[in-house]
Amino acid sequence: MFYFSIPLGKLVRRVSRLRGGGSALPGLVVEKIDPGFMRRTLSTLPHGVAVVSGTNGKTTTTKMVVELLESQGLKVFTNRTGSNFTRGVAAALLGEVDWRGRLDADVAILELDEAHAVHFVHQVPPRYSLLLNVLRDQLDRFGEIDKTAQLLQHIAAKTTGTVVLNREDPRVARIAETLNGPDVLYFGLDDSLLSTFPNDDEMRAAPGSPVPPAPAKPHADVVLRRVGAADADFEYDGVTATTPMLLRGVYNIFNAAAALTLARAIAVRDGQVADNDGLLKALAQVAPAFGRGESLVVDGLPLDLVLVKNPSGFRLGLKSFPAAGYATMIAINDNYADGRDMSWLWDVEFDTLRDGGVDQLTGSRAYDMALRLQYDDVVIGGVNTEIPAALATFISGARDKPKRIFCTYTAMLAIRRELAKITTVEVVS
Amino acid sequence: MTPRPEENANTASYGHELPPEDSAAPSKGTIRVLQLYPRDMNIYGDWGNALVLAQRLRWHGYTPELLEYNVGDEFPADVDLIVGGGGQDSGQLVIQDDLLSRESVLKDLAEDGTPMLVICGLYQLFGKFFKTRTGSVIPGIGILDVETHGTDERLIGNVAVSSSEFGTVLGYENHSGQTTLGPGVSPLGTTAKGTGNNSNDGQEGARYRNIVASYLHGSLLPKNPALADFLIKTAVDRKYGSFSPGAPDDSYADLARKHAGRRPR
Ligand SMILES: [Zn+2]
Repeated sequence: MFYFSIPLGKLVRRVSRLRGGGSALPGLVVEKIDPGFMRRTLSTLPHGVAVVSGTNGKTTTTKMVVELLESQGLKVFTNRTGSNFTRGVAAALLGEVDWRGRLDADVAILELDEAHAVHFVHQVPPRYSLLLNVLRDQLDRFGEIDKTAQLLQHIAAKTTGTVVLNREDPRVARIAETLNGPDVLYFGLDDSLLSTFPNDDEMRAAPGSPVPPAPAKPHADVVLRRVGAADADFEYDGVTATTPMLLRGVYNIFNAAAALTLARAIAVRDGQVADNDGLLKALAQVAPAFGRGESLVVDGLPLDLVLVKNPSGFRLGLKSFPAAGYATMIAINDNYADGRDMSWLWDVEFDTLRDGGVDQLTGSRAYDMALRLQYDDVVIGGVNTEIPAALATFISGARDKPKRIFCTYTAMLAIRRELAKITTVEVVS
Repeated sequence: MTPRPEENANTASYGHELPPEDSAAPSKGTIRVLQLYPRDMNIYGDWGNALVLAQRLRWHGYTPELLEYNVGDEFPADVDLIVGGGGQDSGQLVIQDDLLSRESVLKDLAEDGTPMLVICGLYQLFGKFFKTRTGSVIPGIGILDVETHGTDERLIGNVAVSSSEFGTVLGYENHSGQTTLGPGVSPLGTTAKGTGNNSNDGQEGARYRNIVASYLHGSLLPKNPALADFLIKTAVDRKYGSFSPGAPDDSYADLARKHAGRRPR
């Protein structure tokens, strides 16, 4: 069958590309004139659609799932450029389908923002969903953590095949109780690693207050048992496998357990178990996604960028990347994409920076950060709200040291732009 | 060669801790600061308010003793200052009955002039009631002559309040309950930016005896040292008869206020 919307949508896509426009317009056009386009196209995929959602780590996890499945010889469609909203998916699809609307892929792995995922699953019920976590992130957008959990519950309820849940996040794990259709698989953490993953409830408690008793833990398909300096242990099917890891940061490696669980579920073919060795080999090769704990080289020494956007993420960043031996900068912006509310800085403890201090603070809310550090008795080298100037001071003041910058999203973009002038920075389309 | 993160050390506590005390000067006295329901009502940086009170007490030469009261705990004696925060709907449900059972002790402390700071959720529950959109009524402990009605509208964004007592008060609001003041309380101030108590009267927060109630997070006290010092001075005055201030360095607070004040809603 021939649909005129596809040539038209492709044409709009081409024109808007020529004009340097974004990816949403062609998606909007095809959505308006052919609302069934996405559902029709995606329903032809033999392995169906998988939605990845949650507050933290969607991009890296999606990237991992894609690379794991590609290692199994599957053709994967994904919304690579981070257009994690429904219209962005439609636009990405337009770029991939042929003029007759056929998509040459076996499976679609889609990273979707919680709120957009709810819209998406109403149009296209996914065969799989992977729900990572519910953390304080963009509370000013969704209002409350519990509401975010409801959004994820909605995605799970619309899933027709298998829902993969984080066993260690109570709000996510509890979603299982509300489901009666899909199968449920969990990914989990070894008890010894649990304390490196404070959830927001635990984080809010003051010292000495009892942590509420954990519910009985269901069996997890994949459990992260150990995180080493350059490797990790995953347990599945009753065996523990050690694999080298390129990924940095313990939270990324926990997301690897999530990706492994979903990939194992999808890669099962004709009742045969997945090729675990192949999956693990692919996992070892996964490099960090844009901005999430990546290392550049400046003056012959590493400069790490660590994206921080909520209290859990900042805490994990501080724990995952010890300060000793490093020069440290923190860049806090409060643009819309970062979140305007600065309250979250007060839920992070900065005691790990007390020994070495912080060399530079920057961003539109640099002085909020300075005030926060003052109350944790952390010594501050300098403060400059202008990112280019602060970055130059930081780099010239620590030529002989590896450097680390904790930064919010828009601050990271600004820093990368500046760094691109002095070093080679991965270009993001 | 790229460096790798070291293996993560486990830490015993997820909770917040005060930085170690390093002052050698003799203490001018001890002030017992009670956090109300930190386990269930402590979101959007409410810990920051407790931290600021404790650290500023030190900087003024006093010794803070941080206490906490959670659901089911014994209520501590000899409390000099109380601070309570906001929570999610679920947190409010958890503490509701326990709070009602503590109505008389909290009322006595309030009437007696104990300085208190209650933010957002506990501000609402210190009032007469919270009526949800569906019409069910959650009773408060009625220390404050205010009532709150749930709405569909969430009031979110930066706020600046003009207060005759504390000057300009800066913070961030995020609430869907709208609060109306009765004649028994006065507002903390009028909003110059943002919404405050409700979308009608341009007022924010409530004042009653030595209680400061507000919707503002941010956290509230770090960027509003005048408010923090009012609570501290009141607590010290009541306990020791007079307050001799130290000299906290508020230059970062001043600059943070200057920059925050210019940011969009
Ligand atoms: Zn609030």
